[in-house]
Amino acid sequence: MEHTVLPSWALLAYLASGVLFILALRGLSSPATSRAGNRYGMVGMGIAVVTTLATQAPVPPGDWWPRPTPADLVILAKILAAIALGAMIGLTTARKIQMTAMPQLVAAFHSLVGLAAVLVGLAAYLNPAAFGILLPSGAIDPDSRIEMGLGLAIGAITFSGSVIAFLKLNGNMSGAPILLPARHLINLGTVMAILLLIARFTQDESTWVVATIIVLSFAIGFLLIVPIGGADMPVVVSMLNSYSGWAAAAMGFTLHNTAMIITGALVGSSGAILSYIMCKAMNRSFISVIAGGFGAEAGAGGGEAREQRPWKRGSAEDAAFLLKEAESVIIIPGYGMAVAQAQHVLREMGELLKAGGVTVKYAIHPVAGRMPGHMNVLLAEANVPYDEVFELEDIQGEFAQCDVAFVIGANDVVNPAAKTDKSSPIYGMPVFDVEKAKTIMFIKRSMGGVGYAGVDNDVFYMDQTMMLLADAKKMVEDIVKALAH
Amino acid sequence: MDFISILSIFVLACFVGYYVVWSVTPALHTPLMAVTNAISSVIIVGALVAAAAHGDLGRALTSSWLGLAAVTLASINIFGGFAVTARMLAMYKSKKKG
Repeated sequence: MEHTVLPSWALLAYLASGVLFILALRGLSSPATSRAGNRYGMVGMGIAVVTTLATQAPVPPGDWWPRPTPADLVILAKILAAIALGAMIGLTTARKIQMTAMPQLVAAFHSLVGLAAVLVGLAAYLNPAAFGILLPSGAIDPDSRIEMGLGLAIGAITFSGSVIAFLKLNGNMSGAPILLPARHLINLGTVMAILLLIARFTQDESTWVVATIIVLSFAIGFLLIVPIGGADMPVVVSMLNSYSGWAAAAMGFTLHNTAMIITGALVGSSGAILSYIMCKAMNRSFISVIAGGFGAEAGAGGGEAREQRPWKRGSAEDAAFLLKEAESVIIIPGYGMAVAQAQHVLREMGELLKAGGVTVKYAIHPVAGRMPGHMNVLLAEANVPYDEVFELEDIQGEFAQCDVAFVIGANDVVNPAAKTDKSSPIYGMPVFDVEKAKTIMFIKRSMGGVGYAGVDNDVFYMDQTMMLLADAKKMVEDIVKALAH
Repeated sequence: MDFISILSIFVLACFVGYYVVWSVTPALHTPLMAVTNAISSVIIVGALVAAAAHGDLGRALTSSWLGLAAVTLASINIFGGFAVTARMLAMYKSKKKG
């Protein structure tokens, strides 16, 4: 088979851009090196784009260089216009987006990669000569058809799945899982049908085969994500991240392009590892997340009357007094903090306490927020130094020596039932040992609401617990006022 | 390049990805997703190939327009992804530097 033969410098350039992408991810091992890493990524992308533009001989044969024909220039102008349009939309979005909306943005970006993969796959199907995968017989190379079929299928799944994830995260669609009857059977059947069609595609390149692969893949992406509840979204976003990588890799196989293959493998593994970390942090198996339905039982459980147990309510002044007297305070923020936009005033509270000689640390659970690392970004935005922010395993041992555990907008991640109650839906999930702290302050809107898992929390009723019932932002503002006096 | 060479690159890159991603600090997992998103838009290479092909006949013409559409989508991702990552990373400050 005749693949377009690229000059050696171009092959080396693609390799260089692959290596730069590796360095971009490597830079993220610490915040100090991360900014340089991001620049490596940009340079790598620039190299890949320029190399492609410079070497892509228009078909029918002819070169851009040294003498581009008027037709070449028209094409080049169209391409540059397309890039400029994309750049404008992309940069505007990146500048305007709120940090709380980052999960939606990432889901939306994933959908674009998926759709782009579908379009590229279709383009290769319609004009195989341009991709160098046309056999002399006039048929598309059968090996390339497998890669193309896989690329189209994964791209389409990434697209429709990400659109649903976006709608759920953005609140356009209920976060509650929507369960179809016999959905496992339908899903399995659809996946089998897609695989059979890809096999058929190697023998038969009719349009209906390609069209059916795409339509069924759009459908399965939709069917897979719709039954998954809001609490599992961090896993879904990571999984779609992984898919967008595999889609790029499949297209890289079609084009025999090293930059695309390396990138696809990097992104694919990255998303897979993040999904694994998220599942582990919730003590759920990947299969059970994908099977969906989590949170459905929660709705039913929430309606039951819970036994009335005594609990203590505190005021902002009480809280401020105790915080001022404390030697060390650990703040545990959850998604509720972000919803209330309390991160800035929370940082202000932390500053006041530190000025008074109190040691303040922030403890972040891996599944806090709606995507991996979301809470860290929100705290960074509020100017909390990253060396005051700790991961679960690094701070777990410090609760026993800590005077105040300050829980704001979190619930399930401090629920001791995860350690003791085998019947609890969150049993086995790693949680913070807040009950070891001398005092626990728990900011919550009301006593009625429960966490995503829909289970009651024994921490509310402990002797050392002070419930601070109010909107998180309002409560912290009042504490700050009381501290300032 | 034959299929086996390409597969070798792919498999080795998966291993590189595995080790590199595990070394990413959890505090930077959101920027990690944003930047992987930007680099997976290297699919623009395929989009450019399709867009750059001269197509005057039916299928080839459609192909080049699909390519242009894909160039636009991938560009949104590239510029948006890198810019939003840069914006996030600029916010991470250490205690010492203030």
